[in-house]
Amino acid sequence: MTENRMGARQVELEVLRYNPETDQEPKFQRYSVPCINEWCVLDALNYLKDNLDPTLAYRWSCHMQVCGSCGMMINGEPKLACKAMLRDYPGTIRIEPLAHFPIERDLVSVADDFIAKLKRVKPYIISDGKHTIEQGEYKQTPAQLKRYRQFAMCINCMLCYAACPEYGLQPKFIGPAAISLAHRYNLDSRDVGRDERQEEIATNEGVWECTFVGACSDVCPKHVDPAAALQQVKVASTVDWYLEHFMSWVKK
Amino acid sequence: MGEKMSRRPYVREVPPTSWYFRMPRYMRYMAREVTSIFIGIYTALLLCGLANLSAGPEKWDSFIKSLQAPSSVIFHWLALAFALYNSFTWFNVAPKALPLQFGEELAPDSVVAGGHYVIWVLLSIFILFWAGVF
Repeated sequence: MTENRMGARQVELEVLRYNPETDQEPKFQRYSVPCINEWCVLDALNYLKDNLDPTLAYRWSCHMQVCGSCGMMINGEPKLACKAMLRDYPGTIRIEPLAHFPIERDLVSVADDFIAKLKRVKPYIISDGKHTIEQGEYKQTPAQLKRYRQFAMCINCMLCYAACPEYGLQPKFIGPAAISLAHRYNLDSRDVGRDERQEEIATNEGVWECTFVGACSDVCPKHVDPAAALQQVKVASTVDWYLEHFMSWVKK
Repeated sequence: MGEKMSRRPYVREVPPTSWYFRMPRYMRYMAREVTSIFIGIYTALLLCGLANLSAGPEKWDSFIKSLQAPSSVIFHWLALAFALYNSFTWFNVAPKALPLQFGEELAPDSVVAGGHYVIWVLLSIFILFWAGVF
């Protein structure tokens, strides 16, 4: 780190610290970190951990918006620390673990609830078993790919859960990312698992807990638009209900 | 190494009645939801009108008269403004719920939202025409 390089500056960080072994509750700790303006918040945290305070705990892996590990609240907004550029934050930067999740330690949140929900919606292709490996690859047209591609961009970073007030108020809500991934597989031409997933997502804990605040789509770093996925599941589930109750002779 | 690690996750409660003050986007959401209350009150008022209509001409006349009170006129302007706001916000997010895919391309959001506005205007003209306004 060279202080005199172009674009170098001291960045004031307020980091929420919580040590489960000694602290009754989390509290903010201030750091002054020498940074280069082109750095992201994750770079500042890495410098801080390497040079100033090795006890700080946070998750990260790829540093390139692919792994989804470094989600945290930056000035109150859910962000990937690797996508939040210091040049966009002129003043003190307040860093907290993702909202709506329990804090494991410092900036590390407990992801168990999200992982369990992800499993429930079966986010993988459920095939009809007729297509064998000997037949080769399962071909899809570009139009078939287009139907679900946007929703396949999810990296499970959980920023949408930290943005969703419904999830904060009602933790049973399956939530934006898991339902978007269920929708992604429902839209896939190779998949026949929709009925199984509907058992989980077309329920009060599923899409009907969503009131379309739309915050999930605002914060998604991969432009998945989970709010769109959830509304589309609502529309499809409503059509199911009408078909079943008034037009039962029509095959779904 | 060898030290016993204890897990004691800290849960932060979301304030159940004031959470929406935290972010402007939550306030916009609440604005959309709260404006629907005025649509509800207006609908109740319409039902009152129907009840008065079935109760005879005298009741109907006094109902119409009560609608001309200044407080009633103010309420109707407010309800109209809030109903327009509520409708605009919903029409503008309609493309999320109803994506139109043609081959490999999705129709632009303006087509889906615009379709809602066009149908809305046509229906309004039809109803006004039917009610004898023109």
